[in-house]
Amino acid sequence: MSRLVRVAAGQGFWGDWLEAPVRQVQGGPIDYLMMDYLAEVTMSIMQKQKSRDARLGYARDFPPLMERILPDVVRHGVKVTSNAGGVNPRACAEAVLEAARRLGLRGKVKVGLVRGDDILPRLDELLTAGHELRDMETGRPLSDVRSRVLSANAYIGMAPIAEALGRGADVVVTGRVTDTGLTLGPLVHEFGWAVDDWDRIAAGTIAGHIIECGAQCSGGNLLRDWRKVKGMANPGFPIVEARADGTFTVTKHPDTGGVVNVASVSEQLVYEMGDPHAYITPDGIADFTSIHLKQAGKDRVEVSGVRGGPRTPMLKVSIAYFYGYKAVGTLVYAWPDAYDKAKAADRILRQRLADLGLEFEQILTEYVGVNATHGPLAGTPDPDAPEVQLRVGVRAREKAPVERFTREIAPLVLTGPPSVTGFAGGRPAVEEVVAYWPALVDRRQIEPHVEVEILSA
Amino acid sequence: MSTAAASRPVQLRWLAHARSGDKGNTANVGLIALEPEYYPLLVKEVTVSRVKRHFKGMVTDVERFELPNLRALNFLLHGALDGGGTISLKTDAQGKVYSTALLRMEIPVPAALARRVVPKASAKR
Repeated sequence: MSRLVRVAAGQGFWGDWLEAPVRQVQGGPIDYLMMDYLAEVTMSIMQKQKSRDARLGYARDFPPLMERILPDVVRHGVKVTSNAGGVNPRACAEAVLEAARRLGLRGKVKVGLVRGDDILPRLDELLTAGHELRDMETGRPLSDVRSRVLSANAYIGMAPIAEALGRGADVVVTGRVTDTGLTLGPLVHEFGWAVDDWDRIAAGTIAGHIIECGAQCSGGNLLRDWRKVKGMANPGFPIVEARADGTFTVTKHPDTGGVVNVASVSEQLVYEMGDPHAYITPDGIADFTSIHLKQAGKDRVEVSGVRGGPRTPMLKVSIAYFYGYKAVGTLVYAWPDAYDKAKAADRILRQRLADLGLEFEQILTEYVGVNATHGPLAGTPDPDAPEVQLRVGVRAREKAPVERFTREIAPLVLTGPPSVTGFAGGRPAVEEVVAYWPALVDRRQIEPHVEVEILSA
Repeated sequence: MSTAAASRPVQLRWLAHARSGDKGNTANVGLIALEPEYYPLLVKEVTVSRVKRHFKGMVTDVERFELPNLRALNFLLHGALDGGGTISLKTDAQGKVYSTALLRMEIPVPAALARRVVPKASAKR
């Protein structure tokens, strides 16, 4: 009845603090370690890597990280769920198994491999069958950009994770499973919640949402009383202690930095929020206006009252397509008249770009230290500002104008306004722009293709 | 007149904290009252039309949702991110600091409360 299942967050995104999963496993008892790697455009980056080398296409940090923590994971019986598999979950799972063998854990580690989210190979079949995959924001049909599509993945829910755990997996590796499914899957597996027990599904989803960004709910990026957040050299990543009735406590290991309080959890709850009445996932709909938070001791927040509703017949699809090129160049102008010098440099730069006949979709100038983050709300610039950074970005469908732009920044140092510095980084890089295309697809087109495989080390 | 005389403009930073994020070309700002008694004030004064005016020229449309359970308001700022995601050239392409941009907004607050929440050093300016 009062049995607790502890799910700890180890990574909030691909590139998060590498020590976090190690400290979660070593810092106290946990049952599950959840590691979220995938943001909206991550899949396209991974697809690009896979197209160059068929053995890649997943979060390459993950297998070495697993190699560090597997001995403790096996010793303490911790299970790991992660969407580190990206667009190549099989290669990712194999790399984890190899790591286990190197550690002498042959026969002691089972990896659950979840596939079926990748619909790139089936895209034309779906389009031909009348699934238009219209952009949820603009309403345009995918056929408009079909030839430039780089990756296409449906968001899969928690079900295959719960299944893999039920079949004995110690580590579950997936592709585009929702961030929240990585936490909800273990809870459904442990408590045997029915898939249509909407309130509990919503509770597990909100538990997942609270910890999916790692320390962002335990003191990281916390605005309220930020000076009072201590010990962030060793931030305590969050842990959910869940109960079968759907209530749970958010906490962190003892002797770690940061803070878990109503303010820190509230800030994470409103992060990336849309309509709070309907937080839609493949597993159900969560109502954020039903959440009740209560401080229940130091670094402990109790969450209760969560209500949910039935899942929708559609799944979200994350599509990435090639858009064009961009580059950003910066120069720093010093007092006196720093802002005026930066503005003069911008005028000269724009005139030169025009004289060269270069065409851009957009040229954006920001003055860092004046208006880059808050625009006109920042008010009148300080005429005595010690320095201002000129930051100019350009974007074009073709590479050539962007390439030429990157060669127009350095010359300003000797051919423009005075007191300029900060060019040590050299010529700005030309970046490929891969754009995001969110769409919906009938879940019956996806779910029959989802497969769970159990592999042994 | 008497209500106007009894109230003073106070920046939201003294009444609320906030966090923002993105969804495509839309930024969201969750505005959370620092104390439960400030929440009704936020509901009454931080209206869609005022927020629209505050972000004039920076956003195309504003939606507001109420979360009394978290004593929070959630604002969707449409068209705020210059295309959003990877397309945007902005420093803040993902709307991470729109939160504090909203905290610059001033709302009328009863003078007694204003005296209590605004630190003296800031009140002089």
